[in-house]
Amino acid sequence: MSTDTSDAVSATGSPNAKMTARDVSVFYGDKQAINSVSIDVDRDNVTAFIGPSGCGKSTFLRTLNRMNDTIPSARVEGEIKLDGEDIYASAMDVVQLRARVGMVFQKPNPFPKSIYDNVAYGPKIHGLADNKGEMDTIVERSLKRAGLWEEVKDRLTDSGTALSGGQQQRLCIARAIAVDPEVILMDEPCSALDPIATAKIEELIHELRGRYAIVIVTHNMQQAARVSQRTAFFHLGTLVEYGLTTDIFTNPRETRTKDYITGRYG
Amino acid sequence: MTISGPALLFLVLGLGLVGWLTGRARARAFATSQGRQALHSLPSYHGWYVALWAIVPPLVFLAVWTALSPGLVTEAVLSTPAAQGLPADGFSRSAILGEARSIALGQLDAGFNPQAQAFVAPYREAMAHYSMLGAVAALLLLFAGWAFGYTRLKANFRARTRVERVVMALLLIASLIAILTTIGIVLSLVFESARFFGMVSPIAFLTGTNWNPSSGNVDPDLFGAIPLFWGTILIGAIIAMLVAIPLGLMSAIYLTQYAHSNVRAWMKPILEILAGVPTVVYGYFAALTVAPALRDFAVMIGIPQASSESAMAAGIVMGVMIIPFVSSMADDSINAVPQSMRDGSLAMGSTKSETIKQVILPAALPGVVGGVLLAVSRAIGETMIVVMAAGLSANMTANPFASVTTVTAQIVKLLTGDQEFDSAKTLAAFALGLVLFIVTLLLNIVALRVVKKYREAYE
Repeated sequence: MSTDTSDAVSATGSPNAKMTARDVSVFYGDKQAINSVSIDVDRDNVTAFIGPSGCGKSTFLRTLNRMNDTIPSARVEGEIKLDGEDIYASAMDVVQLRARVGMVFQKPNPFPKSIYDNVAYGPKIHGLADNKGEMDTIVERSLKRAGLWEEVKDRLTDSGTALSGGQQQRLCIARAIAVDPEVILMDEPCSALDPIATAKIEELIHELRGRYAIVIVTHNMQQAARVSQRTAFFHLGTLVEYGLTTDIFTNPRETRTKDYITGRYG
Repeated sequence: MTISGPALLFLVLGLGLVGWLTGRARARAFATSQGRQALHSLPSYHGWYVALWAIVPPLVFLAVWTALSPGLVTEAVLSTPAAQGLPADGFSRSAILGEARSIALGQLDAGFNPQAQAFVAPYREAMAHYSMLGAVAALLLLFAGWAFGYTRLKANFRARTRVERVVMALLLIASLIAILTTIGIVLSLVFESARFFGMVSPIAFLTGTNWNPSSGNVDPDLFGAIPLFWGTILIGAIIAMLVAIPLGLMSAIYLTQYAHSNVRAWMKPILEILAGVPTVVYGYFAALTVAPALRDFAVMIGIPQASSESAMAAGIVMGVMIIPFVSSMADDSINAVPQSMRDGSLAMGSTKSETIKQVILPAALPGVVGGVLLAVSRAIGETMIVVMAAGLSANMTANPFASVTTVTAQIVKLLTGDQEFDSAKTLAAFALGLVLFIVTLLLNIVALRVVKKYREAYE
């Protein structure tokens, strides 16, 4: 399903990289969760992280917007850059970083506020709108991009938690889009959703591609094959293989990747 | 021959042990004759089954008998010829009989009333008679119960299931006792209040603004309880909450969101110790330390009517007492806000305090409100601090430095010292208690509803 026609990509050195990670290791206390991972996240494509449970793919994803900072025992080594800027540098403002690198979580987590206020939350705290009219525009645009506008435009004052699971997840995507991030990280965004809601989210990911750099962690290999152009396979905290999704799924270089994709383990 | 109550009780229990041993022995005999597998329940369950049949009926009988026999004894005494000479009026009649009974029991050496002596002998006789009757009946019941239980034992008898049922009944009775006691208390409050409202109309009581009850006077104008309600609200619901809500909430936020786990580990228990301080100690503190300091302060800035017993002193100290209450309820409800919601907000690029203000507190609000309502209901029922520090004069004033009184303080005042429980003055205490009970009950119901509804939202 890939539309990318370039030759096989290597893990690093892409000229089109939005984020670059070099020799990144993550520790929880004494336990090492990620071992020296180097990878480039492409600007215009969807990158999927796949691998068995506990392989560290979610942990690595969370280093990209420093959400691991909220876990006291977590420690990150190595270098991660966003547009060439080291995000772990002391000069980096974490709050600003997270506005630039948004995140969508495994379980839909709308705030217990109205649909409108859920979307307006980010723009409000970052001061992106000067008046009600501008805010309305941002909310409408975000909900439209998240493909939710038609379903909720008549009930923007209803609570966000009253929506269905799939709608809640699209609301969370709209919320992330509203602050106009450059990268969107999605941590198994469909794992709590039914197939129809999942299909809607996947369609949405297609539409968002190109506007934002997207990284998606998924358990579901078909999903990775459907939505991504780049796939990274993680195993036991290491990056085993990274390449074009078409290559990974049809012609993996590593036997571990092949075994996982053909369902031998995982 | 008579047998005393405790001796009889021990005899019953001892025979129950014998019943247990016989039941177990019989079950063991089955096991040896028919094989271990033939036995449905362990031998000890058979023992318990027999023992329960042996002791429960006589114990129930004795409980009923203890309640009935004094009446029967009195009946018997009254039917003796000596009873003809008793005075007709009920009061002196029961005084004489009571005295005779005490002498017969050996609690009194000699009566004040010469007539009482005549009844001592009949009393002794009747009591001996009935206690003997009770003991014999109890032992007969014991034996009958034992025989019933013992003969029912068979190898495949489901003694275990039966004993389980008895255990359930026992637990049910234990829980019913608490509920029945509560119902009894409420009923006594209601009946005594009804007597009071027979003398003073409820409207005068609930809307009058002059509170000055005195013995023997049923002038409804003296039983206006509004000043007490106002004092209660001023201290418990306004001043105490102005102290407890901000401090409790902020300490909960600090402990759940900012404090390092080490700090939390020692700070939270210390805060909870506050809840264990006896209220009378808070009372001293309010009356001897806080109140004089507040009075001096009030005099210094020129507030009129400043008194050494003030609503402010009682309210502040009560607020401090309530802090751990509010803090632990707020702590629970903040912790119940899912981590994912916190992460969601942080991932949007908001700071910790923005997350708390915009996301966590709104989500935790229903739980916090529930906690505050429970705290209010505790504060308005609190007695010791207000008795010691708020004063007893029923003032209708909004000046927090003046002396006011509360419902609970007045109940204490009305019921201490007085022994007569049928004047309007003492009965007023029950009416106040009833009002207090209804208000706290409603607060608790609303609070628990709110908390429960909120809990469901995140599960």
